[in-house]
Amino acid sequence: MKAFLMYPERDFDRAAELPASAQELIRDLGLNSVFAAMAANDKFLREVVEKAVLGSLAAPADILYRQAVLRDCLAHEAVVRGIYALAVEVIDSERKNFWGGLTRHPGYVLHRSVEVLQMFVGHLRHLRKIAEESEGHFESAGFRRFFAMLIEELSDAYFEEIEQHLRQLRFRGGVLISASLGMGNRGRDYVLRKPNPGDRGWLGRLFSRGGPVYTYRLHPRDEAGGRMLAELRDRGINLVANALARSTDHILSFFTLLRAELAFYVGCLNLHAVLGDKGQKVTFPRPAASGERRFSCRGLYDAGLQLSMSGKVVGNDIAAHEKEIVVITGANQGGKSTFLRSVGLGYLMMQCGMFVAADEFEAAVASGLFTHFKREEDATMKSGKLDEELVRMDAIAEHIRPGAAVLFNESFAATNEREGSEIARQIVNALLDVGTEVFFVTHMYDFANGMREGRAERALFLRAQRSEDGTRSFRMIEAEPLETSFGEDLYRKIFAEEETPGETEERPMARESGTPVSAA
Amino acid sequence: MAEAFRSILFVDGRAAAEDAEAPDILRDLNLDQIIEGITAGREEYTLKPFFHAPLIELDAILYRQEVMEDLEDGRIRSPVQEFAAAMHRMREELVRAGKLYYKFQKHWWFVDAVELYGRAVEALAQALCGIEVASRGLKGLRGYLAEYTATDAFKALGEQARELKERLAAVQYSLIIRDDSLSVRAYDEEADYSVAVEETFRKFAQGEGKDYRIQFREPVELNHVEAAGLDFVARLNPELFASLEQFAVEKTGFLDATIQRFDREAQFYLSYLDYVRGLEQAGLPFSMPQLAVAEKRIAVSDGFDLALAKKLAGAGGQVVCNDFRLDGGERIIIVSGPNNGGKTTFARMFGQMHYLARLGCKVPGRDALLLLTDAIFTHFEREEKVENLRSKFEEDLLRVRGILQRASGRSIVVMNESFSSTSLKDAVFIGKQVMRRIIEKDVICLFVTFVEELARLSDTTVSMVSTIVPGDPASRTYKIIRRAADGRAYAIAVAEKYRLTYGQLRERIGA
Repeated sequence: MKAFLMYPERDFDRAAELPASAQELIRDLGLNSVFAAMAANDKFLREVVEKAVLGSLAAPADILYRQAVLRDCLAHEAVVRGIYALAVEVIDSERKNFWGGLTRHPGYVLHRSVEVLQMFVGHLRHLRKIAEESEGHFESAGFRRFFAMLIEELSDAYFEEIEQHLRQLRFRGGVLISASLGMGNRGRDYVLRKPNPGDRGWLGRLFSRGGPVYTYRLHPRDEAGGRMLAELRDRGINLVANALARSTDHILSFFTLLRAELAFYVGCLNLHAVLGDKGQKVTFPRPAASGERRFSCRGLYDAGLQLSMSGKVVGNDIAAHEKEIVVITGANQGGKSTFLRSVGLGYLMMQCGMFVAADEFEAAVASGLFTHFKREEDATMKSGKLDEELVRMDAIAEHIRPGAAVLFNESFAATNEREGSEIARQIVNALLDVGTEVFFVTHMYDFANGMREGRAERALFLRAQRSEDGTRSFRMIEAEPLETSFGEDLYRKIFAEEETPGETEERPMARESGTPVSAA
Repeated sequence: MAEAFRSILFVDGRAAAEDAEAPDILRDLNLDQIIEGITAGREEYTLKPFFHAPLIELDAILYRQEVMEDLEDGRIRSPVQEFAAAMHRMREELVRAGKLYYKFQKHWWFVDAVELYGRAVEALAQALCGIEVASRGLKGLRGYLAEYTATDAFKALGEQARELKERLAAVQYSLIIRDDSLSVRAYDEEADYSVAVEETFRKFAQGEGKDYRIQFREPVELNHVEAAGLDFVARLNPELFASLEQFAVEKTGFLDATIQRFDREAQFYLSYLDYVRGLEQAGLPFSMPQLAVAEKRIAVSDGFDLALAKKLAGAGGQVVCNDFRLDGGERIIIVSGPNNGGKTTFARMFGQMHYLARLGCKVPGRDALLLLTDAIFTHFEREEKVENLRSKFEEDLLRVRGILQRASGRSIVVMNESFSSTSLKDAVFIGKQVMRRIIEKDVICLFVTFVEELARLSDTTVSMVSTIVPGDPASRTYKIIRRAADGRAYAIAVAEKYRLTYGQLRERIGA
């Protein structure tokens, strides 16, 4: 019994390793806020969506398979959430209601298995009923196969078969044990004793001796006490308990997998709802075959940023088909990093089979997505800053294959501009020449300008928009790199009140820029 | 003297500020790692507040320096360590006694804890009597312990605890277990039946399938059936268990407050000395710093970054030491030079030493003469946060402005690659503006920057540079020396080292 909702003929593997670049992606693209919105405070959802979003699909056909399932989910949200809730309920009941403290006790395993099986039968019947009702209304190949399978496999005979496995064993007689007091006045040195010989039954003899005998009688409902006393008697029922426990495990694993596969789609539904509440649109992207130089978007916005904003985040329109590199320059605080993150998110969301936070999105499937963002001083002190950047670049080089996409954010600026530019040129030219799609945010005029001269038609230049009075629109416009930066403005703004009048030339101040919220 | 003793950590005996939060410079200077390392495994003592609260008064610092110097002597330190270990066990047992439900279990652990306490205090008092101590702190403690251990109450406590434990250990009894009952009576020397019983269970253990044999756990706490059994054992030995209960009720307040406080505060010294010992054994110099109060002079030979040294020591690496000094009118050290040359490490070392000195600790370096600072400020480049919508640059400027507003002539400021997130042109402009303000305020400053022009701004400024191995630009000596900046960096050579030049990279990726 397989759900196969994530792949046409394969289970979703929750234990699969994340790509080597995963931690960098989470950090650099701000994925945690996206994961949080998808998970909606559910730890399990969180675990699954992290795996699914980061475990990019490579084939456009697999992406389209999930897109179809997700479309069904959006069209029949209540049914899908209902099935998910059912799976969660089964798993939770199994865990909470039936596994007590003494799980390794064979007598308990046996007893429990019966109760669990009875609970399972009810839920499986419910699931079959949903399948019968929904069969004709879902359109995706994934759901159609899933419902057909449920109807076929879940017959009454299956459950009756399980119930035949119940057994009970009894152990008669009592035991005599000697002991002394150890640490904490706990009994120690337990030694099973053979009663001294005599004519009468040994128990009878025990109580006929001199000296006081104190007796504690278990309450009939005192299960814990009963378990302690019965400990020695229960080993014989191991095999039956084991077999029965295994059949419950089998059914449980079906629900577990079903829950995991649906969890991804429930996460997508959650995100869809949150973005919708904020008035943002999403689109099902068009994945192109790996290796084609395809990248275009309309209204592509940073979903992660949108989640933390009340107003609508600004989107960008980019047409970069046939381009191999996009170089982004311009004002500090002008939305460059945000744009870069929106591109990274676009790739990830598309390649996990989700919608993308845009009005339109098309891109070639990347063989791998990598980010190289400028970092704080390396807390492990293994190396200096530039070294630290090169170590990370080295790690990317270890894992990257032709057809990948790499996002650089102010990389290689830890040294001075001239040298940083030279290093960037070496690396980027090599990446481009093996078919990598590169997005590079930089302040290094020398590097940016070099790309303009060297790559001409195959490079696209964007600049963070900045008007005459210093305000920023957070929109990227197509424009060639400029040689100046805007740090001096900020300096004058921040230190303004400390400057004595006349000491510095009066200039228009950059307006308090606030947050990247559009006027609408 | 003895009656005056209250604290081994504070000369005036005042209570420590328990809410001291970690100053935000700790992270930049990697002091957070150092403090984490020092206090690791000693969480029960809550030592971080001590390490987060640098002292202001010179005499308070000297009081600690004296104690630390005494405790460097193994003959003084060992008995204190043994005392601490015993107190730790004692406390665990008291906690256990408190958590347990059944009174005869509580009582047993209580008696055991009392016995441990008595022995630990006696041993420490005796050890300190037989040894020369120089510090005001340990002399005070010695006097206090001599008086305390001589009291009748203290002596009786230990004797009673020992006797009770011996008598309990001698008790023996028998259990009779049936389907639904547990009986207890006196032991009657019946034959051992375990061999036959084991045979029975061996038979069940054979065969296929999962192995469900139970591993018997030995939790501290009895279950209710076992507890019923213990109650019966107590009824069989009524006089002994009555004495036990009486002891537990009467002696609850047995712990002395001053001794408890010493036990915690001593960990400040022990933890720090433990932390640095391995490095000292590896030949790295530490010295108790002399603190300049009146004049602004700084001089250290063979200084090093403690956090890095600790890390390298773990990995078997070599620690490079560096000298630094500020004489006469010198106020500012500009550190520039090749990347990965140890500049950041150098900056951290400078800040760490001044911080550690104010804790009363010895510092990583030889013949340390340091400034007694009123505040230490750092400005290290911070990672860009996705949630933070202000640009990094603006944030940098705001932070620097805040520092400049608060710094006094007795402060030090450590800046590391500040303003590097903008163009070279901007970095030079802002660097000069900020330096001008620092010079005006007469603040002691260390500034790591690639804007080497800053070293030529004033005659109060000293230039230091990281150095390379001649003929091998990709290798670093990690030596930072006083020398004019030479304007040569070696970035491409470093790229080659990581096989990231155009040719190398193409070859690696293939295609």
